[in-house]
Amino acid sequence: MTFAFWFFAGAAILASFLCITRRSPVSSALWLITTLFNVAALFVLLDAHFLAAVQVLVYAGAIMVLFLFVIMLLNLGDAAPGENPRWSPSRVVGFLAGLGLLAELLVLRSAVPPDAIRLPPGVVAGEMAGHGAVQSLAVPLFQAYLVPFEITSLMLLAAIVGAVVLAKRRL
Amino acid sequence: MSLDLQKGLGLLIALLPETILAVWAMALLLVAAWTHKDPRALRRIGWVSLAGIGVAFLAVAWLWTAHPRLEGLPTSVAVDPFRWAVDAIILLGAGFAVLLSIGYLEREGILIPEYYVLMLLATVGMMLLAGGEDLFVLFLGLELMSVSSYVLAGIDRRREASAEAALKYFLLGAFASAFLLYGIALVYGATGSTKLGFIGFQVQSLQLATHPMLLAGLALLLVGFGFKVAAVPFHMWTPDVYDGAPTPVTAFMAAATKAAAFAALIRVLLRAVPLLHDTWSPVVWWLAAATMVVGNLVALNQKSLKRMLAYSSIAHAGYLLTALVSGSVGGAAAFLYYLLFYTLMTIGAFAVLVYKGRDGERTVTADDLAGLAESHPWLALFMTICLLSLLGFPGTAGFIGKWYILTSAIGSGYALLATIMVLASVVSAGYYLPVIMAMYMKPRLHAEVHADVSVPRVMRGVLTAVAVALVVFGVWPSGLLKTARAGARGFLPDEVVPISQGVPAAPK
Repeated sequence: MTFAFWFFAGAAILASFLCITRRSPVSSALWLITTLFNVAALFVLLDAHFLAAVQVLVYAGAIMVLFLFVIMLLNLGDAAPGENPRWSPSRVVGFLAGLGLLAELLVLRSAVPPDAIRLPPGVVAGEMAGHGAVQSLAVPLFQAYLVPFEITSLMLLAAIVGAVVLAKRRL
Repeated sequence: MSLDLQKGLGLLIALLPETILAVWAMALLLVAAWTHKDPRALRRIGWVSLAGIGVAFLAVAWLWTAHPRLEGLPTSVAVDPFRWAVDAIILLGAGFAVLLSIGYLEREGILIPEYYVLMLLATVGMMLLAGGEDLFVLFLGLELMSVSSYVLAGIDRRREASAEAALKYFLLGAFASAFLLYGIALVYGATGSTKLGFIGFQVQSLQLATHPMLLAGLALLLVGFGFKVAAVPFHMWTPDVYDGAPTPVTAFMAAATKAAAFAALIRVLLRAVPLLHDTWSPVVWWLAAATMVVGNLVALNQKSLKRMLAYSSIAHAGYLLTALVSGSVGGAAAFLYYLLFYTLMTIGAFAVLVYKGRDGERTVTADDLAGLAESHPWLALFMTICLLSLLGFPGTAGFIGKWYILTSAIGSGYALLATIMVLASVVSAGYYLPVIMAMYMKPRLHAEVHADVSVPRVMRGVLTAVAVALVVFGVWPSGLLKTARAGARGFLPDEVVPISQGVPAAPK
């Protein structure tokens, strides 16, 4: 178990590093897919099987295919050697943001979640053993959160109609 | 009638108006896909969508008169008179905006039937935003409303100003939504719930009144709502967006969008954090004062009528915030009364602009209305009544609304804010009266200058009804005041379902 964790965690970090250092946008996108797969494996180790499956289907599958589509459609070439200077402002900001996230992670290691949202120990494991990952997610989604779920679908409909109305050349 | 929202039927009845409107919109989308894109079909779809709004209005009226009471645990939507009252106002605004659009779309060559579908979906979003008892529903309603409005603002895509308005609205709207969402996350972190009633209960039982996470969440919520209701200093997007969008959409946004966002703000403040009144009321106080002062002063400088009305709507957001400061039921009642007539008079003023202007109405100035009273005495009279009501002139409903807000503010000890409101209203005479003077006292440039202004027969009836309402309720307000008070009663403690029943087990 520990070995599996270190293997997938290391692979995820390595792949994400390769993702941001490659010249060609297509290989960057492919390394991002590798990262997402490794994170999905970490979810499996945490017993979140449903989340892992969704991660692979939605992120590694649908969204990244869309990314590659756009890259190839726009025919983006490799970045020229001098095009991205080593210390452009966006890189500095990105580096600082990364440092900030790292610091937050270190601080949060010792943080205690607020009383109001802490579940008693054993609740999650009991739920997983009793109903499995999919059912424990599906029941609240279609009962307690039915109304928000339906509003989300209406919102997506509005977004699709809007995108077509604004983007289509002839209606 | 008692409703159990845990059961399917109870939930369906509680959400009947929204369901009707959403199903209507989807059916209309299919109809639009199968009809030819000609002006006659577009006109027909406009009338059908108006009928949908009418049916939803009937459903709201039925629910209001049936006095449904919650049984069992409260859930994601509120069932109280305040919701029905705001829903009715939103539907009035939406119906009025659809009526304005019917002729407008043909004239401007925007032959897109999906326009009406988006308008109905935006209305559903507004009603959910105003009726959400759960921060989830509230946020998703807001997003449904916003996504539809972004597209509506840019629907005249050949005009550069319209596209710019849509993009600006989209970027700043997304920014505001992020603030709101982060605020919701922090409030959840502090209280362990997204349900407004539970949050209120947790604040009391866990002694959270000074909890930094709750306060930070509340601050972010206020910023998010500040953007949506266009309160100073979060108003920067408003003039450009209102100016660039097609005028019926501008009227819709200025009236109905603002009404829904305000209703949600009032619900969050009075249901979730009434105990923190001492904390949030100074913030709302400053927002109200700054919004009234800046909105009115900048409006003085505007040449374009459409931009002037945009700033005037910012100023009115300040008046509505004044009704909120006291956090009392009286304030909520004053808010409801003013909101109704704000919606009518704002859309009314934009209506005159729709009939006078061409090409997005950006260039119409007060002087362009010169001599309108000679050629169109009736339209000029209507515009005068709307502007006087916006100004708060005695004898109009706007005056009674302002009076009611002032009494509630003074009654709760906010005399200084009331003074600022009176002074700001005096300033607003500086930009409303020149329009009236131009219509009545300046001569026409030439005899044909208003020849192309024609108001369809149906609209004449509607505008007359609005003018009559503005005057009648300005002289005999008492019946409606009573209704407004009944509408705000939902916030009285004895009307609220005891929340302790539904609180999750206390963490050990």
